[in-house]
Amino acid sequence: MAHPKRKTSKARRDKRRSHHAIADVTLAKCSNCGEMHRYHHACASCGYYRGRQVVNAANA
Amino acid sequence: MRHRVKGRKLSRTASHRKATMRALTMALVKEHRITTTVAKAKELRSFVEPIITRSKEDNLLNRRMVFSSLQNKETVKKLFAEIGPQSVDRPGGYTRVIKLGFRQGDGAEMAMIELVDFNDIKPEGKATKKKRTRRAGKSNTPTTTEAPKAEAAEDAADTAKAAE
Repeated sequence: MAHPKRKTSKARRDKRRSHHAIADVTLAKCSNCGEMHRYHHACASCGYYRGRQVVNAANA
Repeated sequence: MRHRVKGRKLSRTASHRKATMRALTMALVKEHRITTTVAKAKELRSFVEPIITRSKEDNLLNRRMVFSSLQNKETVKKLFAEIGPQSVDRPGGYTRVIKLGFRQGDGAEMAMIELVDFNDIKPEGKATKKKRTRRAGKSNTPTTTEAPKAEAAEDAADTAKAAE
């Protein structure tokens, strides 16, 4: 069976991981309360989505 | 390749899946608005919408067809007495799914699914306009003036509902 000839150096390991970062979530400003919320999601602080109240803020 | 693969398995066996859909439908018919995971909410649409379409016209065949997929008399009764008649003018699209964020315990993305005809709201000005343009060549100017007033009233009603 094939075996690694050398230990992977820190540089090589870290270079491999340079693409592993998790992308930031894009947020939008709520048109009702000004808090930031996820796109295509109801606002977590006021429960508004697309200009109207869709859920009770408490259970959002 | 996932060509022509329809629907979600929801990590369930066929019978379990069926039971889940029934349970969700019963809850939705009873409450008009339920909170569940996004996957279940989206899957539920394709399960309830044909049922609601059936329940628009009250006859023995339709009642039996609906009962066969739900196996619950109360729900069928309510569908034909309340939900069907209310939805007669709507050509499909009886439900609305809105994403709510992620659940604490397992990080599942949650959504609210509701029956459009039982939760307020004509579409606001913007949405109305968009819909108009999709329909054939007539001019798309009407209805923008009445929107803000109606919206305000509905918001008030909604807040009241949310408060209870």
